[in-house]
Amino acid sequence: MYQYDNYDQAMVDARVEEFRDQVKRRLEGKLTEEQFRPLRLMNGLYLQLHAYMLRVAVPYGTLSGKQMRMLGHIARKYDKGYGHFTTRQNIQYNWIKLSDAPDILADLASVEMHAIQTSGNCIRNISSDQYAGVAADEAADPRPWAELLRQWSSFHPEFSYLPRKFKIAVIASEEDRAAMRLHDIGIELVKRDGVVGAKVFAGGGMGRTPMVAPEIRDFVTEDELIAYVEACLRVYNRYGRRDNKYKARIKILVHELGVDEYRRQVEEEFAHMNTLGLNPPREELARIATYFADPAYESGLSDEIDRTDPDFALWLDRNVVAHKQAGYAIANISLKPIGGIPGDASAEQIELMADLAERYSLDELRVTHAQNIVLPYVKKADLYALWQELNEAGLGEANLDLVTDIIACPGLDYCSLANARSIPVAQKIASRFADNGKDADIGELKLKISGCINACGHHHAGHIGILGVDRKGTENYQLLLGGSGAEDCSLGTITGPGFDENGIVDAVEKVTDLYLDQRQDGERFLDTYRRLGMAPFKEALYG
Amino acid sequence: MKILTANDLTTGDVVWWAGDGWSRLLIEAIDVADKGEEIGQREEIARRIIGAYVIDGEMTDDGPRPAHIKDRIRGLGPTVRPDLTSKPEAGDLAKWVI
Repeated sequence: MYQYDNYDQAMVDARVEEFRDQVKRRLEGKLTEEQFRPLRLMNGLYLQLHAYMLRVAVPYGTLSGKQMRMLGHIARKYDKGYGHFTTRQNIQYNWIKLSDAPDILADLASVEMHAIQTSGNCIRNISSDQYAGVAADEAADPRPWAELLRQWSSFHPEFSYLPRKFKIAVIASEEDRAAMRLHDIGIELVKRDGVVGAKVFAGGGMGRTPMVAPEIRDFVTEDELIAYVEACLRVYNRYGRRDNKYKARIKILVHELGVDEYRRQVEEEFAHMNTLGLNPPREELARIATYFADPAYESGLSDEIDRTDPDFALWLDRNVVAHKQAGYAIANISLKPIGGIPGDASAEQIELMADLAERYSLDELRVTHAQNIVLPYVKKADLYALWQELNEAGLGEANLDLVTDIIACPGLDYCSLANARSIPVAQKIASRFADNGKDADIGELKLKISGCINACGHHHAGHIGILGVDRKGTENYQLLLGGSGAEDCSLGTITGPGFDENGIVDAVEKVTDLYLDQRQDGERFLDTYRRLGMAPFKEALYG
Repeated sequence: MKILTANDLTTGDVVWWAGDGWSRLLIEAIDVADKGEEIGQREEIARRIIGAYVIDGEMTDDGPRPAHIKDRIRGLGPTVRPDLTSKPEAGDLAKWVI
């Protein structure tokens, strides 16, 4: 993992003290709320439905045991005993006191964490593949690039007041586990003739105007990647709309200019950038890369796993995936217990996961955009002991990528922007499919729920998506089918009139029943939908 | 009735204007008639609260009930965490909210 140098630490420490002073001045009346609001937002502190909410950055979703333990400590000491892992691979606390916020940031800084750039019209936390560095299918390790981008984008003076927020994802596998093409800029590291470089996509995103990012550049060498990304940002910063926040994201600019014209302008800017010599020196990337070198894997480990315990075998089949190193496995911890709140974990669970990472996963964890946790370095021989401890703590749900592994935004239970509650719908759907036993039969089905059009719950990218809307003061839920955030990226289509809270649960069952009836060998729900089209699903719902 | 609500500046807690100050309990909210905006501005200047706004509601046997679901959830707490609501013993919170 990357570790702060003195410069990183000094920067974060200085920011804590600056915010401490700002909070003091606010409470003393020397700053009005109008003056203070942008300052608190720059430090991740929102005002939500019930209280202040603090969003803490987890760079590309990677955490050490010590950092995870600190997240548990914050949940216990300053919040109401839990935290919420988000679709941006971050964590949010829902019940923060303004007067505590500086101390929380100081605690975070003590473990090389912060909440900087988790709000505002700047470059947000860089996201990446939760299996980075341990997946067998990578062209390169995306983490050094994600870290380089993090450093480049932190306090970047030119990009601190963009037209709108800006999200970047970096992956390095053909299998996209990070919804890369639904980011403002998506970077896919690739290898061409033995040379590592990147394919660059720009103008993707969800929200009220969802778009899949088109490819802007087929290949840019690793030496020039930062300059190319900077050129993409410069064109956006110059021409992105500032008169209408709903049309201010880069996707609108790329769409309105057209891909070819946007690309032409970026190339022109890129040619100029390259004359300035602003690309980071190779030594800097090499320095960063040393932090992500493979650990000292033990050799000669057995790949055999005792599957005698059927519950363990089920978890193994569902939640454990192949590691690039013999004798090791990647273990997914589901934060989607049936009937639970997607992404929530108690302080005790967070601390337990920190302990388990230290004991079983070379002191490392990852947060996934699907609101789960990954232990990336587990010896196969340790899996059973790990599962037993997870299971005892309510963290042993064997449902990765099943219909019960639902992404859900906080919705109207917590969010002041939401129009409808997301979590109760997720709970009812998960319970319905766990009770009727169809979840296992259905297999992979990515169901995603947002409580408003801002799409924090990624409903556009769900094989089944649900969007909560306000219909004359009551909650109503639209159903979408056919979305995907993976390498076969697509946007879901609304089926028709919406449903009430119970009706949407029935609707999901109707479309999955049709799938079970119509599927061909090996087809996932998404495949069957794509083969059959919308018509039979509409018929099942409204016919 | 017109209800004035805000968040406590220091703690962020949801608060309701109760006539002689702010209450954490919706049941203590009073009808502010046409005085809500004025009280809200005064209280913001006094640095007691932020984000004051006036909502419509009605007086029921259970006390003041905001007209919009969002404000009912603000008054109650998250429906998915009954233990953190103002009605932790209530059976079906959704009934109160919807």
